[in-house]
Amino acid sequence: MSGIGVFICHCGSNIAGTVDVDELTEYASDLNGVTFATNYKYMCSDPGQELIKDSVEEQDLDSVVVAACSPRMHEETFQAVVEDAGLNPYRFQMANIREQCSWVHSDDMEKATEKAKHLVEMSVEKSRLSEDLEKTEVDVNSDALVIGGGIAGIQSALDLADQGKKVYLVEREPSIGGKMAQLDKTFPTLDCSSCILTPKMTDVARNPNIELLTYSEVEEVDGSVGDFEVKVKKKATYVDWDKCTACGDCAEACRRSGNVEDEFNEGLDNRGAIYTPFPQAVPAAYTIDSEVCISLEYDGTCTSCREVCELDAIDLDDEDEIVELNVGSIIVATGYDLMDPEKIYEYGYGKSKDIITNLELERIIDASGPTDGEIHRLSDGEDVESVTFILCVGSRDEELQSYCCRIGCMGALKHVHLLRDHLDEDVDINICYTDIRSFGKGYEEFYRRTRDLDVNFVRGRPSEVNVQEEKVELNVFDTTMDKLLQVESDLVVLVPALLPSEGTEELSRQLRITRSSDGFLQEAHPKLRPMDTFTNGIFIAGCCQGPKDIPDSVSQASGAAAKASTILSKDKLQSEATIASIDDDICSGCKMCISVCPYDAIEYNEEDEVAEITDVLCMGCGSCASLCPTGAIEHKGFKDEMLEAMIDAGLTEEEG
Amino acid sequence: MSDEDFEPKIIAFLCNWCSYAGADLAGVSREQYPANILNIKVMCSSRVSPEHVLRSFKKGADGVLIAGCHPGDCHYINGNYKTIRKADLMKKIMEDFGIKPTRLRLEWISSAEGGKFARVMEEMTEEVKEIGPLNLDGTSLEDDTDE
Ligand SMILES: Cc1cc2nc3c(=O)[nH]c(=O)nc-3n(C[C@H](O)[C@H](O)[C@H](O)COP(=O)(O)OP(=O)(O)OC[C@H]3O[C@@H](n4cnc5c(N)ncnc54)[C@H](O)[C@@H]3O)c2cc1C
Ligand code: FES
Repeated sequence: MSGIGVFICHCGSNIAGTVDVDELTEYASDLNGVTFATNYKYMCSDPGQELIKDSVEEQDLDSVVVAACSPRMHEETFQAVVEDAGLNPYRFQMANIREQCSWVHSDDMEKATEKAKHLVEMSVEKSRLSEDLEKTEVDVNSDALVIGGGIAGIQSALDLADQGKKVYLVEREPSIGGKMAQLDKTFPTLDCSSCILTPKMTDVARNPNIELLTYSEVEEVDGSVGDFEVKVKKKATYVDWDKCTACGDCAEACRRSGNVEDEFNEGLDNRGAIYTPFPQAVPAAYTIDSEVCISLEYDGTCTSCREVCELDAIDLDDEDEIVELNVGSIIVATGYDLMDPEKIYEYGYGKSKDIITNLELERIIDASGPTDGEIHRLSDGEDVESVTFILCVGSRDEELQSYCCRIGCMGALKHVHLLRDHLDEDVDINICYTDIRSFGKGYEEFYRRTRDLDVNFVRGRPSEVNVQEEKVELNVFDTTMDKLLQVESDLVVLVPALLPSEGTEELSRQLRITRSSDGFLQEAHPKLRPMDTFTNGIFIAGCCQGPKDIPDSVSQASGAAAKASTILSKDKLQSEATIASIDDDICSGCKMCISVCPYDAIEYNEEDEVAEITDVLCMGCGSCASLCPTGAIEHKGFKDEMLEAMIDAGLTEEEG
Repeated sequence: MSDEDFEPKIIAFLCNWCSYAGADLAGVSREQYPANILNIKVMCSSRVSPEHVLRSFKKGADGVLIAGCHPGDCHYINGNYKTIRKADLMKKIMEDFGIKPTRLRLEWISSAEGGKFARVMEEMTEEVKEIGPLNLDGTSLEDDTDE
């Protein structure tokens, strides 16, 4: 007759020195369901393992209990032994009589032995209710989706493509590149941003493994790790990109040319209705902004662009298109937006053209930007004699964004270098700062070099910025000098807080991933799983997870690609075996489990009016099982009956 | 029964990731604590339901401990927050059944807190000893006013 075998380990004298192992063995052999019990010096040693294996066969055991050290030490060892002996590994239970018994009650052999008996009995009772458990398997689609084509998304896509994976890169603007494309030079090395970015952008365009979907947005996400179904909306561009060579004739002919605010230049310049965001855009093609095109938005009469396009690429009947993708893993790299500085009324943004953001300054310094790299007062074109930066605009501010933007200080230091190159040496440069944070590799050195450039560092946050007739005046209390200063400037550069990019909230809902309290996408562990989300198979990279500079964005992007690749490289994925399962005959469809599942692993089946678990998403915490009012949910390996039997066994009074 | 001889029985539900590991560390550090406590491992403290707690009392436990990861550290994101709410509920139910709510204790013990685990075991054994044995014969409800 088959039954349970109990194997008690002496662990040298670690257990046997405190627990009477012979008495324990005798006790175990009388327990319900136990057909064999023995003890041995070192159960984890080779002879110990052999003993278990042989006994399973000779004694016709169907389950095994080992009373030894902590399962954290050797559960896997013994599971493998049991499996080797032909049993399901979940037919194994472990009683922890070392860490949680002999070692902590070493001064009282009697009590330790009594406790060990209870612990063994509890494991035997659990074992009596144990069953064979299997891991469910799902097929893995080896394609990947990257959402957001800034430097982070570009890096992830290139890494995955290099590993031979097919990648869909979805970007909502007409071109990839993100914020980095708008930068002039980059700290701390001052290399030109587009010189290091554009080669990567063309790599993306050329890579046969990457399918670029720009001017597109994710509409719907279904499925789970290994098999996500994603609907992407490709917005109509009204230009056939297969034909367009980006010659630019259309843009010149456009009747709205010079009438529409140019986003790439932060509104410091104008474009027309048909445009390409910037000369090195990828894909190199034009797009018609339907909201401002005379023909599309108004009366359909204008034909200027069509007349000049020799390739006949313009198609005003173009329509939005829904593309359906199947992917095994998703990387989100949707970046950031700058906070609108108008939120801080006292700083006067919007009241004078001479009060700008740091990103506007990037565009102004850029030789191919709206002023061809010439720096003058924006209000009247006069020479600039004084520039003042205000750092932490909305950052490190309990009322607005409590976190540090991580790039503001370094960005301003960089701008000092660039302004010194562009302006006369007698121009005053002031930086109003809270603390200068120069934490990265080479950053502190960069800060020191900047200090040599004749800059006034003022420690304090200005209280007010006032627009005067010509200049802009600001009041700031310098806390190192203990003095109220009044500074007149021709340009005031605000360094606003970084926010999650617009639409992050909606996207997080579509993807069923969480956001942290600051609104950025949340990593599964702040230290150990920085690119994972709580949803298996979805990873995050770059500023969508929190403000960071380019080196950190790129590192995280490569990390996320590697993480995604560990999934995409498998043919099949296995779920945990000790997960929850729902008996649909009992489920009343109350949905309470759905609300407590931290992984969105439970869905409501409208048709059958029951809850259903997606095995690969369930991580096996058991909180749904503890809550289910009808008892329809079973936590495999930790069933209610098992826990109850353990409670009962722990509390039985010993006879004699 | 005189308080001197009374050896309380305590059931401790420990989450796998923090508190069970903390209990192991207590062993590795050779901390000593009373042998009155029997541990039951669950994957997360949120697995413990009112039924488990009530059953423990019904079957003769004098105290029940639920121990999990510190708030914010739960391996399953927020299980321990659910445990807090459930524990409040359990205490109310216990009162209804005439069991002193102080017999149930909720603790956050991390895998690095072997010393804390031992101390909690010690304290809890003492406290339950002081409250005295639980008699759930249906005749006497425990008085919850702390005099
Ligand atoms: C003024 C300024 C100067 C800076 N200077 C430096 C510097 O010198 N050195 C340095 O290291 N760092 C600098 N930085 C920081 C740098 O800009 C960021 O580290 C970098 O751009 C982050 O890249 P990203 O890909 O994460 O985000 P982004 O560059 O923001 O790219 C995100 C992309 O995702 C797209 N997107 C957003 N939402 C969606 C959606 N729902 N669907 C599809 N696509 C979407 C966006 O259109 C964008 O293309 C500076 C920042 C500023 C503001
Ligand atoms: S895993 Fe420890 S409380 Fe949830």
